[in-house]
Amino acid sequence: MNMQSHGLTPERLSNLKRLEAESIHIIREVAAEFSNPVMLYSIGKDSGVMLHLAMKAFYPSKPPFPLLHVDTTWKFRDMIAFRDETAKRLGMDLLVYTNPEGLEKNISPFEHGSSVHTHIMKTEALKQALNKYGFDAAFGGARRDEEKSRAKERVFSFRNANHGWDPKNQRPELWSLYNARVAKGESIRAFPLSNWTELDIWQYILTENIPMVPLYFAAKRPVVNRDGMLIMVDDDRMKLQPGEVIEEKLVRFRTLGCYPLTGAIESDADTLPAIVREMLIARTSERQGRLIDKDESASMEKKKREGYF
Amino acid sequence: MTIENIEEAAETAVTDYILAQESKDQLRFLTCGSVDDGKSTLIGRLLYDTKLIFEDQLAALERDSRKHGTVGEDIDLALLVDGLEAEREQGITIDVAYRFFATEKRKFIVADTPGHEQYTRNMATGASTADLAVLLVDARNGLMIQTRRHAFIASLLGIRHVVLAINKIDLVGFSQERFEEIRKEFEVFANGFDFETLQAIPMSARYGDNVTGRSDKMEWYSGPTLLEHLETVQVGEHVLEAPFRFPVQWVNRPNLDFRGYSGTVASGQVAIGDELVVAGPAKQSRVKSIIGATGEVSSARAGEAITIALEDEIDISRGDLLTSTAHRPEVADQFAAHVIWMSDEPLLPGRSYLLKIGTRTVTATVSEIKHKINVNTFEHVAGKTLTLNEIAFCNFSLSSAVPFDPYEANHTTGSFILIDRMSNSTVGAGMVWFALRRASNIHWQALDVDKAARSEKLGQKPAILWFTGLSGSGKSTIASIVEKKLHIDGRHTYTLDGDNVRHGLNKDLGFTDADRVENIRRVGEVAKLFADAGLITLVSFISPFRSERKMARDLLEDGEFIEVFVDTPIEECRKRDPKGLYAKADRGEIKNFTGIDSPYEAPENPELHIRNVGRDPEEVAEEIIEYLREHGYLNSFGSDGEGI
Repeated sequence: MNMQSHGLTPERLSNLKRLEAESIHIIREVAAEFSNPVMLYSIGKDSGVMLHLAMKAFYPSKPPFPLLHVDTTWKFRDMIAFRDETAKRLGMDLLVYTNPEGLEKNISPFEHGSSVHTHIMKTEALKQALNKYGFDAAFGGARRDEEKSRAKERVFSFRNANHGWDPKNQRPELWSLYNARVAKGESIRAFPLSNWTELDIWQYILTENIPMVPLYFAAKRPVVNRDGMLIMVDDDRMKLQPGEVIEEKLVRFRTLGCYPLTGAIESDADTLPAIVREMLIARTSERQGRLIDKDESASMEKKKREGYF
Repeated sequence: MTIENIEEAAETAVTDYILAQESKDQLRFLTCGSVDDGKSTLIGRLLYDTKLIFEDQLAALERDSRKHGTVGEDIDLALLVDGLEAEREQGITIDVAYRFFATEKRKFIVADTPGHEQYTRNMATGASTADLAVLLVDARNGLMIQTRRHAFIASLLGIRHVVLAINKIDLVGFSQERFEEIRKEFEVFANGFDFETLQAIPMSARYGDNVTGRSDKMEWYSGPTLLEHLETVQVGEHVLEAPFRFPVQWVNRPNLDFRGYSGTVASGQVAIGDELVVAGPAKQSRVKSIIGATGEVSSARAGEAITIALEDEIDISRGDLLTSTAHRPEVADQFAAHVIWMSDEPLLPGRSYLLKIGTRTVTATVSEIKHKINVNTFEHVAGKTLTLNEIAFCNFSLSSAVPFDPYEANHTTGSFILIDRMSNSTVGAGMVWFALRRASNIHWQALDVDKAARSEKLGQKPAILWFTGLSGSGKSTIASIVEKKLHIDGRHTYTLDGDNVRHGLNKDLGFTDADRVENIRRVGEVAKLFADAGLITLVSFISPFRSERKMARDLLEDGEFIEVFVDTPIEECRKRDPKGLYAKADRGEIKNFTGIDSPYEAPENPELHIRNVGRDPEEVAEEIIEYLREHGYLNSFGSDGEGI
């Protein structure tokens, strides 16, 4: 897309250009300094932007690391289709990992609740996958504007051998000099999108025309209103509770996760500009659609200490 | 955000609006002030007034305010920005938090940093990426020690734009007199700090006066509101005008037809056809093509992440610096720099740290602390070590020459971090001031490769630690621990062990007196060669005769031979008998066994006399290291290097 500069001093980089360059710098630092990095690919919009930036960072080469998707088996079917298609389109190696014990025990967000499900199928599964492949660095698409404890997280976030994060003992991070030194077993989570906001992400998707999972766009979908959240009936594992009815509603998703834990919003925004427009006038922050943040306001910090991404 | 406009806009208009946003500028700033000056409240106010507090966050905030809040029934805006549980409970900010908001003109990234003295490190962290600093002052208290300290740190980190936010002006009756008094005092004080812009603004963060909206209670103030100033202040042109600098991050080699160098332009501009040089080796070539974020481009500028391909095949790898040929950086292995110490473990001159500058990591030692700086009075004070949050001006000695610019001229090529080699923590941050003469010369003069050159390259003084003592006295155990410690400290070492040497070099020798002498002669010669190579050599030999030890000593230069007498009585050695040798000797199976049927001549004046009964070998090893340190063996070579 052709970008005009709007009365800006010609030399100054725009906000998006500056963010883009900073992210590419971070991605290259990780690739250059670590022996076995991996990019966590969660299929959502932030992952999509991060992957897009990685493709740019190494062009005309391919990114020198694989993608890893921790599959809880409860992702929307559209997400899985999009994941496979994206990896194929870009020629990226895709590793898919599911916690085998969780699978064996049939861990389900419906049966076991969001917290147990998230712990076993996401946090534990991620640790297992990182251990299995011996990754010493993992890219994540988290942003500092998402949530309070993220605001203090470093771009290179150190994890001990148990994948734990110690918020009170973080490495100082100055200039663009990232400390990539880890002992055996320790690792770094690298967050190239640290300084992006949700609006930056959507603007970038629009200007760069980055493909997104259809679930972000409004469509008629079968949903059930459960505890005030619109849960999409994505497969027959969702059992209706007494009094619940499946309704066809024009909905879309602001964030994507496991379908039983991700609430839809009623919306008619079916194009990128419409989504951005809706976001500009929305007064509800994006994580609100996720059940896991609701218990206590410091819940994310607790999860991260335990190794959640 | 003009939300109403957007709501009415057609989809194409929205697209245009979004694309217009693409050209929006970015400003990174830092807020600092004393504990209760209202930093967090100010940021909360900016977020609140620019409508970036969403309703559900607001609901959470109201809940939190009732639990932790310090402003009674009102919403405590500070809680919005204090992230971690621990600090929320203590009511103070203990780390750097990054916050985001945007207006039509700019997107802002705010580093919120704590005011306590012990958090100098966090403020420096926030300042390192900031274009501007907002210094908060409580109008009631005026300038505090902290205000001066923050101005100093901002200036040290090269921040050129400062806002003096004179907050809580409502609590002094919106007094112009008070405002002017504080403003003038600060201007006089900040005169030496070389700030390009200094804007004083009277405000009340809690009630919003002059933060985003003009106050109707201060008719006397005609300057901009904080937000107006942040939206319009011109920053960051220097980096575009500076000479071209490009630290190579990664070599991009997808196939035999393409070889590119990926990195971020640290300063200046570059275009196809430009003549570039690799700093140091001074290899030159021309830019053949440039790949930018949008594909092939003809030029690029500071801040852009690009890949450069050159006309000629020259050997370039990560850590190299591509620069303009007209304005080249310094290349040196010694420089003087300001350092902010960030670790609980003190900085020790002579200790080896990893130093990351640009994309290059080398080992480095502080050869001398020239002076420490008292952050409150700016006085220069003497010091032998640096503790957490201390700032000093130091001479550095690096394991190899690196290209750099003075920090003042270029923040990217003039800044570095120090990493502890054991814990891998980031322990310090530095800003290069100038190259030291000795280092600059090295790269322009031919050099005879001799002992001095080799040891200088290794950054150490050669030495022979000669452990002598009875079999079983603990020589090898101690020597091995000493070597490990030296190795960890980044020293280049080698151990010659009696038993091991007898398996190879000296396997033709027996244990007669003559063979013992020849044994020691050969080992002495080998030790001499190692000293010539610049190594610290640990020799662990019974070496029972004074004369042979003297012979070895005489082969070496004064001060290179350190005799370590491991003094363990024979009864004790016999009791330990780690290899069962005493038992064999007693049975007559070994002849000429030292201490039994062959004499041991104890040293008369050893450099170190270790009485080794009942002592922890670790502790003994430490004593030996301490000796080396005290006698200057572990000082970095060239600690006499002086500034230009």
